[in-house]
Amino acid sequence: MSAILETVGVNKTFGAVTAARDINVSVAKHEIVGIIGANGAGKTTFVNMVTGWLPPSTGRIRFDGRDITGLAPRKITRLGICRSFQVAQVFMTATVFDNLMIALGIADAHGLGVLLPLRVRAREERADAILRRYQMQDYRDQPASTLPQGIRKLLDIAMAMVAQPKVLLLDEPTSGISVEEKFPLMDIVMGALKEEGVTVLFVEHDMEIVSRYVSRVLAFYQGEIICDAPPAEALADPKVKEFVIGDDLHNQTLLQAGALQDGAQEVSDARG
Amino acid sequence: MALTSDRTTLGLTVGFVAVALLGVFVLPDWLLNQILVAFSRALAVVGLLVLWRTGLVSFGHALYFGLGAYTVALLGRNYGIGEVLVTLPAATLASALVGFLLGFIVRRYREIFFAMLNLAFSMVLFGILVKTEALGSTDGFNVEQPTLLGIGTDDAAVKLTALFLGVCAIGWLTAVLVHRYLGSILGSLTTAVRDNEIRVEYLGYSAAEAIHGKYVMSAALTGLGGGFMAISLGQVDPESMVNWTVSGELVFVTILSGPGSVAAPFIGSLIFELLRTYAFELVPYAWQLIVGGTLLLIIFFLPGGVWSVLSRLAGRRGVEP
Ligand SMILES: Nc1ncnc2c1ncn2[C@@H]1O[C@H](COP(=O)(O)OP(=O)(O)O)[C@@H](O)[C@H]1O
Ligand SMILES: [Mg+2]
Repeated sequence: MSAILETVGVNKTFGAVTAARDINVSVAKHEIVGIIGANGAGKTTFVNMVTGWLPPSTGRIRFDGRDITGLAPRKITRLGICRSFQVAQVFMTATVFDNLMIALGIADAHGLGVLLPLRVRAREERADAILRRYQMQDYRDQPASTLPQGIRKLLDIAMAMVAQPKVLLLDEPTSGISVEEKFPLMDIVMGALKEEGVTVLFVEHDMEIVSRYVSRVLAFYQGEIICDAPPAEALADPKVKEFVIGDDLHNQTLLQAGALQDGAQEVSDARG
Repeated sequence: MALTSDRTTLGLTVGFVAVALLGVFVLPDWLLNQILVAFSRALAVVGLLVLWRTGLVSFGHALYFGLGAYTVALLGRNYGIGEVLVTLPAATLASALVGFLLGFIVRRYREIFFAMLNLAFSMVLFGILVKTEALGSTDGFNVEQPTLLGIGTDDAAVKLTALFLGVCAIGWLTAVLVHRYLGSILGSLTTAVRDNEIRVEYLGYSAAEAIHGKYVMSAALTGLGGGFMAISLGQVDPESMVNWTVSGELVFVTILSGPGSVAAPFIGSLIFELLRTYAFELVPYAWQLIVGGTLLLIIFFLPGGVWSVLSRLAGRRGVEP
């Protein structure tokens, strides 16, 4: 199988902190990859580098045979890599429907096409179809600022999918969402994503979710990938057990609680 | 939704035609004069409205107002050109060009830094004009008699009516085009950029470029407004065209009007003009008190501007693109 996404010797340092150390990953088309690791392990940094928010300090990133290292996020988006965020990035004052309309409009627009009307029947129908696919019809005309956390994250993902990317990176799609809501949400998301045949990499703290949805796990620790294996194998790996999951349930719970704090930090990182 | 947009266009057409007819057949000259000045300023405010919807306020758009005004005035003084089909497009283009160049700098700033950077640029132009004898210094100079397709008039009443009709026509065209623009994909990147630049980037569009485009648009419209103001008043000087108080007036009228509709600046600007005139007659030395008090009332009780009152009266809800 040919690699759709490949990183070669990627490093990233922030002053004295090494957030990525010699990352060599090759992801094949249609793979569903889980990215795990404690807070500060470098998961978001990896997502940020692949999607162009941060340039790597050294190393190359290739997408579909093409070098995309250092390209701006919008260029990478246009090439076919999209992302969601640890803290949903949506248009807060716009309704759910309008969020999707704007996303569709931008995806459709090329050159002077940006001057064409946004609200045309065909596009409205597509927006409604997306609402149905992600089961958000009930929230259609609600401003994004008033949405429950889970729906806002769903919208964030739906917007990332509007451009029909080949690769989608999800940064903690279930963070900040209650345990009962996590599985229904992921069922909707993964169902929709599989329908579209997109290659998915998603950052996740909940090992139950990881083992349910992914075919491969990348475990990060202090900026390094310490394990790259199918989920059953990875979760049994002693290093993963020690550095990622912790050796008992208690640690795992703490880990998940920490994941929420991590969420607050992410905003300042991404915006800063 | 196409229906709504057509209705707005229709509404704008009916509104401007009604004002034009009233002006020609009913209204007294002093009011025609007020409308002329008010609508000239409103053209600039439409530009500021586009910026405001993008989450940006400029305290320095007198720069473009003055550029437009001086472009018209200088074309007359140096080349004897009074043809409005030359002077007004030139005013618009000159401002757009400067806006395009400065846009590379200002698009990197937001909020108070954006506002103040613009103020700084406008003060530079003010300083240059005041210090340059060749540009009329503090006194300024007169504007060449305007002509349309070579036809001019010395009859003050005819001239006033002609200018009034001209500003109505350009106002209508501007409002319709900007309304169309706001309903386009690029137009949706006003509030979208204001709400979340990160998402805009990750949808595949440059927020900085979107802002740059809107900035040029606002500069062009402000230049057009300044050019029309110069023709209306028949003279230019730094104090009344480029001073920071002119920028303040533009922001004032923007807030008074509200971001709800492209028609709002025309109504808001007229209210401002009348308010100022009456306040001046009432308390010649403290008219700012009344104008300032009105602004406070708007900010506290009508954050959506006068347009929010009108749309509530008309039974419509929310902000319409
Ligand atoms: N923009 C940044 N500037 C400085 N340090 C950063 C930045 N982004 C991340 N870091 C640091 O890099 C390390 C990895 O962070 P991150 O990728 O956010 O971890 P994770 O997503 O796995 O929790 C952390 O030590 C973090 O503090
Ligand atoms: Mg993270």
